[in-house]
Formats: sequence, C-alpha cells, structure tokens
Amino acid sequence: MANTAIKPVVTEEELLIEEYGYDDHFHEHHHGDKYQSNFITTYIFSQDHKIIAKQFLITGMFWAIIGALMSLVFRLQLGFPEENMAWLRPVLGKWITINDAGMGSLAPEFYYALVTMHGTILVFFVLTAGLSGTFSNLLIPLQIGARDMASPFLNMLSYWFFFLAGMIMFFSLFLSTGPFAGGWTAYPPLSALPQASSGSGAGMTLWILSLVFFVVSVLLGGINYITTVLNLRTKGMTMWRLPLTIWAFFVTAILGLLSFPVLVSGFLLLMFDRSMGTSFYLSEIFTGGQALDNVGGSPILYQHLFWFLGHPEVYIIILPAMGLVSEVLSVHSRKPIFGYKAMVYSILAIGFLSFIVWAHHMFMSGVNPFISNFFVIFTLIIAVPSAVKVFNWIATVYGGNIRFTAASLFAIGFVSMFISGGLTGIFLGNSAIDIQLHDTYFVVAHFHIVMGVAAFFGMFAGIYNWFPKMFGRFMNETLGKLHFWGTMIGAYAVFWPMHYLGMAGVPRRYYRFDSFEAFGQFSAMNQFITIAAIITFAFQVIFVVNFFYSIWKGKKMTTLNPWGATTLEWTTPINPGHGNWPGKIPTVQRWAYDYGKDGKEFISQVKPLEEGESETH
Amino acid sequence: MEAVVAKEFSRNKIHPRKFALWVACASIMMMFAAFTSAIIVRQAAGNWLEFRLPDIFYFNTIVILLSSITLHSSYLAFKRGNTNLYRGMLAATFFLGLTFLVLQYQGWQTLTDIGVALNTNPSGSFVYVVSGVHAAHILGGVGVLVVAMLHAFLLPHKVTAARKLRFELTLTYWHFVDFLWIYLLSFFTLLY
Ligand code: HEM
Ligand SMILES: [Cu+2]
Repeated sequence: MANTAIKPVVTEEELLIEEYGYDDHFHEHHHGDKYQSNFITTYIFSQDHKIIAKQFLITGMFWAIIGALMSLVFRLQLGFPEENMAWLRPVLGKWITINDAGMGSLAPEFYYALVTMHGTILVFFVLTAGLSGTFSNLLIPLQIGARDMASPFLNMLSYWFFFLAGMIMFFSLFLSTGPFAGGWTAYPPLSALPQASSGSGAGMTLWILSLVFFVVSVLLGGINYITTVLNLRTKGMTMWRLPLTIWAFFVTAILGLLSFPVLVSGFLLLMFDRSMGTSFYLSEIFTGGQALDNVGGSPILYQHLFWFLGHPEVYIIILPAMGLVSEVLSVHSRKPIFGYKAMVYSILAIGFLSFIVWAHHMFMSGVNPFISNFFVIFTLIIAVPSAVKVFNWIATVYGGNIRFTAASLFAIGFVSMFISGGLTGIFLGNSAIDIQLHDTYFVVAHFHIVMGVAAFFGMFAGIYNWFPKMFGRFMNETLGKLHFWGTMIGAYAVFWPMHYLGMAGVPRRYYRFDSFEAFGQFSAMNQFITIAAIITFAFQVIFVVNFFYSIWKGKKMTTLNPWGATTLEWTTPINPGHGNWPGKIPTVQRWAYDYGKDGKEFISQVKPLEEGESETH
Repeated sequence: MEAVVAKEFSRNKIHPRKFALWVACASIMMMFAAFTSAIIVRQAAGNWLEFRLPDIFYFNTIVILLSSITLHSSYLAFKRGNTNLYRGMLAATFFLGLTFLVLQYQGWQTLTDIGVALNTNPSGSFVYVVSGVHAAHILGGVGVLVVAMLHAFLLPHKVTAARKLRFELTLTYWHFVDFLWIYLLSFFTLLY
C-alpha cells in the first residue's frame, strides 16, 4: 500500500500514547527494515503479523471458492440427477462419463471425492486456517499492544506449512485415480486400505500428508498465539481487560494445541496400517473376494482418536467467530458487551467441555450405550454456556444505538444462525433421537448452519469491520449489505429444508435419491436446495469482487478510528508499519468496552481514568 | 528473529521462548496420551497378545536417566565456569543419547526375534510405533545436543544470558523426553 498522502490530524489517542506510553526503544534498533527491505521479504516470506494475516485470508478465500464450486457440482447432481452434465467435461475431464446418447453424468466415485474434498477444505483450510489464522494474526499483537508475535519466524513458518499442505491437497485433485473419497473424517477401512476405492491409494496418501503439514502449521501458530497473549501484553493490559476477540483466539489456540496432536497419533497408526501391514484399525476384511489377514484391529479406535480432535475442532472454528462477533456487536451497538466475565467464563467452559463430548459423533457406531449416557449429559451441558453467550449478545444489542453496517448485520446474522444450529444440536445430542437422525441430512443441516454458515458470518463480520485496518480502505457498504441479505436468506433456503429431509431419514453421502422409493418424493425439495445454493453462491461473488476492488479502489480511510472503537488497533497509523506503533507502545488504562460511559460515546483503552471515575462497569 | 523479541520481554518472569517450549511439550504430551489411551482401550477389547518386554528396554531406561543426570551436571558446570566438566558431561550426554537410539533399535530386533513382529498383533505393533515415535523425539534431542556441543567446543566459555537460555531450553527438552520414556515404559510394563 502506498502511504496516504494526507497526514491526518494527530488524535487524542496518539497524544495519550505519547504521554503515557511505554518506551521500549523499539525503533532505535533499525532491525525492522532489515527484513522488510525487498518485495520477497515484505510480501512473500514476511514475518510481519499483518502481512501473514492477509496471506492466510487470501489463501483461505482461494480455498473457499474451490470448495464452494465443488459443492455446486454435487448439488447439481443431487438436484438434477437426470440432467446432462456433459458441459462440465472441459473442467472435470474423465470424471464426466458420456454415454452413447451423448448424456454426460458425474462419475459416482468422483461425487464422493467432491464431497470429501469439500468437507476437508472448508473445515480445515477455510474455517480453521482462513479464520483463526487471519484474525489471530491480525488482532493479537494489535489489540494487546505488542510489536509483533513472540516469534515472527515461527509465525511465518506456520503460514508456509499451511501453504504446503494446500499445495499437496491441490495436487491430489489431479491424480488419475482421483483425490481421497472416503469422507472428510477419513474413517477406516476406506482410508486404511489403499485398494478399498480409487481415491484410497495415492489420493489418501496425499490427503494424510497434507493434513500432517496442516497440523504442523496449526501447532506453530498456536504456540505463538498462546505465548504472545500470555507474555507480550502491554503494560496495564491485564487478562480481564482483554477484548473478547483475544480471549477467543487464546482459548482456540489452546484447544488446537491439545487436540491436533491426538489426530496425528491417529494418523500415524493409520499410516502403519496402510503401508506396514499392521492392524490397528483393520480386522477380518474381505475385499475383491479375498480375506485379508489383518485381525484384531478396530475402526472404532480411529473414530475415538479422530473425534477427540474433531469435536474440539468444531469449536476451534466457532470460537474465533464468536470473539469477532462479540466485538463487532458491542462496537456497532455503541454499548459495552453484556456480561463480559460471563462471556469469558463461557468461552472457557465451552473449551473445557469440548474435550469430553466427542463420542456424541459415535452413538451409532456400537459404543456401549451406558458410556453414551455420559456423553449425552456433557453434550447437553454445552448448551448452557452456549446459551449464556447468545443471551449476552442479544442483551448487548438490545436497546443499543445500532449502526446497521455490513459488519454488524453479519454479526447479528451469526447469532441467528448459531441459535438455529445450536437447537438442532440438542436433538442430536440425545443418543435415542440420534438413532433416527444420525448420518441423515438433519446432521448436515445442523453442522452447516451452526458451523459452516455461522463461522462464515463471523468471518464476514470480521472482514468488513477490520478491512480498513488491513488495507487502509473501506469495502463498499451497499454491496456489503446486499451480500448480507442474499447470504442470510440464501443460507436458510439451502439448509432449512435439509432438516425435513433428515427427519424423513434421507441419508447423507448418497449419490442420487430418485431410485429409492422412500426418498424419490423429495426431488422437488432437492431441486429447490440446489437452485438456492447457486443463487447464494452468486452473492458470494459480489463479496469477492467487492473485496478485491476495495483493496485498490475502495474509499480511503481518513481517520484512525472510523468505527469509534476503544481497542488499541485503532490507535495505530492508517497503514501501520513494522512494529505497529511509530513511537511508544500504548499502555492500557481501562477495559475494552467503555461505550456510552458517563455520557461519552466511547473511551479508548489508552485513556487514563478521570479523577473520581471508577473502573467498574 | 531476535529483532522483534524486543524489550517487552524484560518484564516477564519466564522467557517467552521457554514458555513456548513448555507449551510445545504439552502438545507432544497429548500425542502420547492419545497413544496410551489407545493402548488401554485396545487392550480392554481382548485378542491382546501378551509378551514380556525385552530386558533391553529396561536397561535403556538406565541409559536415558543417566543422560539426564550428565546433562544437568554439564549445565551446572557451565554456570559455575568449569569448562572441562561442562564439555565432558555434554559429550557424555550426546553419546548416551546415541546409545539409547542404538539400544532401542536392538530392542525392536529382540522383539521380532521372540516372535512379536511389527504386524503380528496390535499389542506388539503399539510398542514399535509408540517407542518409535518417542525415539524420533530423542533423535531431535540429539540434534539439539549437537548444536549445544558446537557452542561448547567452538566458542570460548562465557555465561551470557543468551547462551544460558539456549542451554536451559535444551535441558528442559531433554528432561522432558526422558520423563516421556518413563511414562511410556510404565504403560508397556503394566499392560503387557
Ligand atoms: C449446543 C451445542 C451442540 C450440540 C449439542 C451438538 C451436537 C451434535 C451431535 C450429537 C452431533 C452428531 C450427530 C450425528 O452424527 O449423528 C453433531 C454433529 C456435528 N456438529 Fe454439533 N452440536 C452442537 C454445536 C455444534 C457447533 C457449535 C458446531 C461447530 C461450530 C458443531 C459442529 C458439528 C459438526 C461438524 C458435526 C458433524 C460432523 C460429521 O459427522 O461430519 N456442532 N453435533
Ligand atoms: Cu461434536
């Protein structure tokens, strides 16, 4: 970004930093320019957290587009199984088979590959790396008053491991045998036997390799986020003064650090089963008319190891979104967040509980029903901190002076989605009801609304809100609102009907339904969903165009603090350089949510308490 | 990297680098906790080949415990300024680390010889895989020791803050993989 020509007037916050700030002699070392001196070190192998944040974001967007396009292809198959797909042949090649009559149809094995890749990409690359990678990087140093991450070098590695993971996965899409096709959870035996399906060979090898590098990326990032939050907070920034965004990123990083290694253990055993002839997950299998000599393994063991990561993983996805939403709602309703401490405790409670509910994904896999009861209880208890958060968001907005910006609309949309999806979670959490609902479209509807759509809404809220901090320009608000309403209505149109399909028992991961007597009646509903999905996708194009257009052509930011927020990132220059603050680093005098206090619209965190002003809120 | 690790750190009780190492250890610990939980669950499910762990695994335990002691005394000598002891004990640790790896390999061979091959039964497979992953962590530690030796033998013996920190990081990691072995061995002993 070119430096803006007009130097804005010096703000009160800048003067306060000059007066009360902490002089760490940072700019006397002249090191900053040493590694930001050329294009490669500035934009490619950058160690600056702000650039790394953008790298995560743009890579995440790339994957989001790929993943969404995949879903359109398999939605077309589900909505219009009789249609001619020959027009997709230029893109999908041999995976579109054309019969004598010239009818093109999607190869069933590629249908499964698409579903699998869609899930893997969205869950890991977009909603984990793209969301927490982007905003943890951008906001942790800026909001706690640090020059950068504890280890900018490991931070850079974290991005490049993610990039490598992505490259490997991308490459696997073009294998002649196709990418892995056994579902994003990669259950054995489909994942453990290279001969099990066409994607189980090289496709699965690359899938596992990619995810191992991905885990390395998450761990490097996580170690950094935790260390930074605990060790680099500026003077006066006690834990109880942290914005909720930081709390959320912090707990997210802890969850990742404790759960991803377990996935690696599971993967290692899987690798041995694949290539060394062990039987951790395999037992008494017949394939191709032959009995394998693997005995004594248990596929359930893999499920335990996978879901011990898998469930915390869904919270790794949603917690950053919750943090962003809390912040955006408070800023744009000009009110302090309601129940700050309750919000923190519920983040911690959710984080803790997320480790003891994993088997709710396995009620139907033959685990002991008495053990299931234990998991039912803890699963339902998660609803309590979740409800606390929802209550507090609503109470924050209630009676506020709400500014309906694209950011705040998406934050409100998040709350709506989280309620809708959380409620269906309570159905699924009962092991008896799950007998009917497991592996049906009800589950698909549940997790797309509560995780997929909600997390995307949190991400959109974050992007619209912090875009000026990232690029020094605004995104177009009108297009942003259009994007919101299209996505809000579209997402419900896509996922709401799926609940009915699921209640009627329509199973997930089926290639077509029209040949089943029981499910054929839903063809109109499936068509409706597909059309809604296409329209919703079109609204995302608006977002992408708006995003890239605004980077170069958006309305320029002329004041430091356009939203009138209290947090530290808005005290940095419009285009903060290396080290974030040009002079001293700010010291923090109060919590992050002084909105509407003592008749003032907002009071920045750098402003000392007035005489006689009490800190309590 | 040094660059940005600016003045903020001087206010902290524990150096961020050290803290980060502890966090990483916690993460590694989770990986092994997953393995040992898997062993417990799998053992409870039956069809579990019982065998006695070769004695070499126990002998190896002595080797690694000893290496923790030598490294610690090297660290103390480093701080006291006793160059010979510092270098000698560091080299001893390095050789003990290598010995551990060699003996570990022989342990696997003994296992195979007594009829418990990698793919005979999950009970044996677990020993190979889990101790193998542990050995990989030892190997990483040996690599770190090589760096420490380069410092010890090529640089004049000076107790600077940076060198002390680096040594402490090495020490912490080495004690950690040592502890990890005891943890794993107790499972191998109790469940087999
Ligand atoms: C009140 C809170 C929630 C409860 C009680 C709950 C419960 C459940 C249960 C029992 C299942 C398993 C259904 C089955 O396979 O038969 C499930 C699936 C799922 N949930 Fe939730 N959930 C809740 C919130 C969330 C949240 C917040 C997320 C993500 C942000 C999430 C993501 C998922 C995902 C991804 C799956 C499906 C994974 C798969 O099988 O592919 N859930 N949920
Ligand atoms: Cu779950």
